[in-house]
Amino acid sequence: MRTKTRFFAMLSIAVCFSAGAVFAGAYDVFQGMEGTIKISGGTAHIPVMQALAKEIMTRYPGIRITVAGGGSGVGIKQVGEGLVDIGNSGRKPTDEEIAAYNLKVHQWALDGVAVVVHPQNPVKSLSLQQVQAIFAGTVTNWKDVGGPDKAIHVFTRDEASGTREVFWEKALKKGPVAATADVVPSNGAMKTAVATDPAAIGYMSVGHIDASVAPVTLDGVTPSVDTVRNGTYAVSRGLYSNTKGEPSPLVKAFLDTLHSPEGRAIIEAQGFIPVP
Amino acid sequence: MKRRDEGSRSERAARLVLGAAVVTAAALTGAIFLYMVVLAFPLFAHGHVFRVLTQDWAPLQGRYGIRPMIAASLALSFGALALAIPISLGCAAFVTMLGRPKPALFVRRFVQTMTGIPTVVYGFVGVFLVVPAVRDVFQAGSGRCLLSAILVLALMITPTMVLFFIDAMESVPKEYVLAASALGAGPAEKFLWIVLPCARVGLITGVLLAFGRAFGDTLVSLMLAGNAAVFPSNLFHSVRTLTAHIALVIAADFQSLEFASIFACGVVLYTVNAAVALVAWNLRSRVLENHP
Repeated sequence: MRTKTRFFAMLSIAVCFSAGAVFAGAYDVFQGMEGTIKISGGTAHIPVMQALAKEIMTRYPGIRITVAGGGSGVGIKQVGEGLVDIGNSGRKPTDEEIAAYNLKVHQWALDGVAVVVHPQNPVKSLSLQQVQAIFAGTVTNWKDVGGPDKAIHVFTRDEASGTREVFWEKALKKGPVAATADVVPSNGAMKTAVATDPAAIGYMSVGHIDASVAPVTLDGVTPSVDTVRNGTYAVSRGLYSNTKGEPSPLVKAFLDTLHSPEGRAIIEAQGFIPVP
Repeated sequence: MKRRDEGSRSERAARLVLGAAVVTAAALTGAIFLYMVVLAFPLFAHGHVFRVLTQDWAPLQGRYGIRPMIAASLALSFGALALAIPISLGCAAFVTMLGRPKPALFVRRFVQTMTGIPTVVYGFVGVFLVVPAVRDVFQAGSGRCLLSAILVLALMITPTMVLFFIDAMESVPKEYVLAASALGAGPAEKFLWIVLPCARVGLITGVLLAFGRAFGDTLVSLMLAGNAAVFPSNLFHSVRTLTAHIALVIAADFQSLEFASIFACGVVLYTVNAAVALVAWNLRSRVLENHP
């Protein structure tokens, strides 16, 4: 009887340990670490950063991680000035920025930038030329691109947006954006704007698309995780986390976790493609 | 004798501390202004002070003028005031003399509660209620426009203005009103010919402070006005105010002239709001002289 109890006790301890080993995995590196990680910048990154931060902070209460937005420009600027530990950007920092701030660039995901419309909009497919004409303001009615007779409401992003920069370069081919286009300050604000306006057109991170907005097929290619991954959808970019010089052990552990199986699962769950 | 010395010494110390606080506060305000002028300097050097204030915004063509934003801020503030002043006057008149006691008290409490609502709540209500309504009713653009922002901003500045108006109207000496009653004046006549003229200065102060609040507001215009940097020529245009421009461009590259433009915006905002505050202060001290 007594040996039996002892056996069960041993077994349960063994099970606990092995389970711990299986489930803790990537988060083990934070064992014994304490401190704060301040993160700001690209708004596309926020869901991944928050999910990962939650996983780490619930396991190790001595670690505080704060996640703010601001846009890619803010991320690069703030990390460069030492205001935050990690500055996120939805575009690769320019060579000047890297040199001026001594930035170390960590890419951890691939993301597409998709043209989005209201789910009730019957227009679900556009050519690149049509998109360029719409954003330039030369096509102003949905009926000219196969939709209802309604004025097109064009939404664009602010000057510091990495999403805007990638879209402007790869979809608009550096073409003009009408000065009368409405400007919104984040991926989240873009989703709200397009989701609440049946005549709207905008663009946003593929990872942020949900049922409240509808992605538009561009030149026959539907923006999705798969088409971005295999390269057929060309309007894509990396998601970067930048540090000023070599990161501290805590920050390095955080960035490394993004490449662990657990980190990759979080990245995939948020609609991005883990890299490498 | 000795005690009085100590008293005057502690008094002197208090005066010194308070004086230092005043000087520091004033110096800080001045320093902020100087700082903005210095940081906006690249822009003024690049063009011309005059050109910065009068040109349009086209960074790709090398034009960094903030004229559209100045116009948008002014149009928005005056539009909101034009809508809010009559409503506020009506509310204040109802509360102070025209309404029955119970409903009047209810309106007063209601207005006091409204002053406590944070700006972002007004912005949210605007995005989900006002913008779609404006879009559907007028069928002119996305609904993110001058009109939507004016409607919400008017709602936002009304409570503050009502409270100021109530104060002003209640400080009108009772004797004047009673005298008018004795001459057979009705409530409306008393309001128009006695209370309004007597409360004039207080009313103007309320309007000025409301203007300052409207001119300096960021969230409502950022969320509702559309933010296109074009000159506002009608109510349905998407417009960008000075404050929204600062919020949108603050993340741009430090060295760029775009970035310098936000300091030009800051200088304009500062100057206008300081002027308004000074006038309001001046008026108020005149009132205090008249009714010590």
